[in-house]
Amino acid sequence: MLKMEAVSKDYVLRGKTIKALDDADLQIERGEFIAVVGPSGSGKSTLLLVLGGMLSPAKGRVLIDGRSLYDLQPEQRASVRKTTIGFVFQTFNLVPYLTALENVEVSLLLAGADERRQKERATVLLERMGLGDRLDHKPAELSVGQQQRVALARMLANDPQVILADEPTGNLDPETAQAVLSFLEEVNKEGRTVIMVTHDPQAAARAKRTLRLKDGKVLADA
Amino acid sequence: MQLRTLVWRELFERKNQLATNFIAILLGVSVIVSVRNITVYSEKAVARELDALGANVLILPKSASLQTYYSADMQTEELPEEYVARLILSDLQGLDNLFPKFSTQVSMGGKKFTLTGILPQDELKAKAAWKGGDVFARPPLCVGDAAPAEPTPTKETQFRRRAIQKLDKAEALVGSEVGAALKLKPGDTLQLEGQTFSVSTLLPETGTVDDSRIFAHLHTVQQLAGKGPVLNAIEVVGCCKEISKGLVQKINTLLPDAKVVTITQIVETQIKTNLMMAQLSWLFLGIIVVVGGASMANYMYANVYERRREIGTLMALGAGSGIVLRIFLLKALLLGLGGGIAGYALGTLLAVLLGPRIAGVAVLPLPWLLLLAVGVAVAISLAASYFPARRAARMDPSTALRET
Repeated sequence: MLKMEAVSKDYVLRGKTIKALDDADLQIERGEFIAVVGPSGSGKSTLLLVLGGMLSPAKGRVLIDGRSLYDLQPEQRASVRKTTIGFVFQTFNLVPYLTALENVEVSLLLAGADERRQKERATVLLERMGLGDRLDHKPAELSVGQQQRVALARMLANDPQVILADEPTGNLDPETAQAVLSFLEEVNKEGRTVIMVTHDPQAAARAKRTLRLKDGKVLADA
Repeated sequence: MQLRTLVWRELFERKNQLATNFIAILLGVSVIVSVRNITVYSEKAVARELDALGANVLILPKSASLQTYYSADMQTEELPEEYVARLILSDLQGLDNLFPKFSTQVSMGGKKFTLTGILPQDELKAKAAWKGGDVFARPPLCVGDAAPAEPTPTKETQFRRRAIQKLDKAEALVGSEVGAALKLKPGDTLQLEGQTFSVSTLLPETGTVDDSRIFAHLHTVQQLAGKGPVLNAIEVVGCCKEISKGLVQKINTLLPDAKVVTITQIVETQIKTNLMMAQLSWLFLGIIVVVGGASMANYMYANVYERRREIGTLMALGAGSGIVLRIFLLKALLLGLGGGIAGYALGTLLAVLLGPRIAGVAVLPLPWLLLLAVGVAVAISLAASYFPARRAARMDPSTALRET
């Protein structure tokens, strides 16, 4: 489903070139649950952004269902993100001035859903996340765990087949982290592909497959 | 949810920035609206005055001051009535009509009024006939004057054109304010300084000092004042073409002891004020374009910078550059609309309140200025926001998410 072919990506930081990805090859099949681990600066987040069509590589190709993602026009790539990919961020990235319900509705608005459909779908998703009584609360009025659950509901809004999670449990207490991991397992069982960047070995252990990165290279694929 | 809901919510997220920018647009637009509004009414007032005057040349005593046209004949110094005959008997071309005036103060019912003596056309024509009818033998208005000929003009129309045909020695034409104050109607009688007058006509309101005057036959008024054959002013309806050919200078030569001025000279101050205000409105437009535009652009650039993470998130959720551009331009549009409408309201209020003090005219709201206000505010808002919005739309989403 997802394929990286000899992908390289460099950054220049204070005059020094850093190889975030170095000739990385990768094949990910539909329905996999992959943990991406490695030390800080090893290129984990870059890998996720490149796979998600958010960061064009300097070299190589990224294929999604056989289509070369970075040969598409930016608007077409945005459309792929909208319909196929769901992002989960470590800091949740909720829009602070919108309510929980509206934060989920944004995804549906971008996908062109009408207001009735937006409200119905967003309500169902937030109720599934146990936030039925927090629909009209703004992020600042929610606990950290509740914020991450809103972000998960937003991620699911357009029924993505690929979920890219960047340290989804990094800011959470152990109990909430377990709940989030259980949720990712649950959506994986529904047939979605989950790729999760993590520092936490316990979280990585919940995945079916682990990719280890060092200095931009995929060292192990176990 | 709709895109505008998102934009609307964000507008009020940063209230201080919103207020500063909104006030910048509001003040700029309100100044343009108020100056324009006052200018329009001031121009209308000049046009109305010129239209109501009928005459376009004024002959005054040499020492006369020229504060306003209507009070220009209230001078202590006088002209001999003989000047009228001199003008009539001259070879001057372009004298279509003469309107000699002599004014004196009278009291009635404890109130003071100005009684102005005027000479009817039939007596002027009689004087002209002595010479063979050169002056007044042609139609009263020359080429270029807009007033159409009427078969039998009323006394009101005759008065407006400074061409009262007949006036009895004991007949009075009463200005609208005097008529209202003394509750007069045609057919009533008036006792002024021991003389009985019959009110023949109540003159329509003109918005000038004529409204507070009573007009009677020149010779009757002269007699009441005990002044003899003197005048305060002679209004002249001169042919425009002849005025431009030097009629004023010719009258000056004929009457060297009189001051001869044209109406344009008298309303020159107001015309200059109007011109200055019209130029000011352009200047303010320039200022709002530069200052308002810079303020808006600055605000939008700051807004784009502060919302990098949000923009990156929206892009991760599938927003293309078109949507991001629309979000920022829609915000600019809302600010422009709000600033334009509020600027119109405030500007109109200022114009209504300050118009009478600044330009001496009553000012009413002009609905078409709303279009101007909104158009200016929206155009500046959109133009100033375009580049910041484009920057947001072209933002690299990964950088936006990493930076913050």
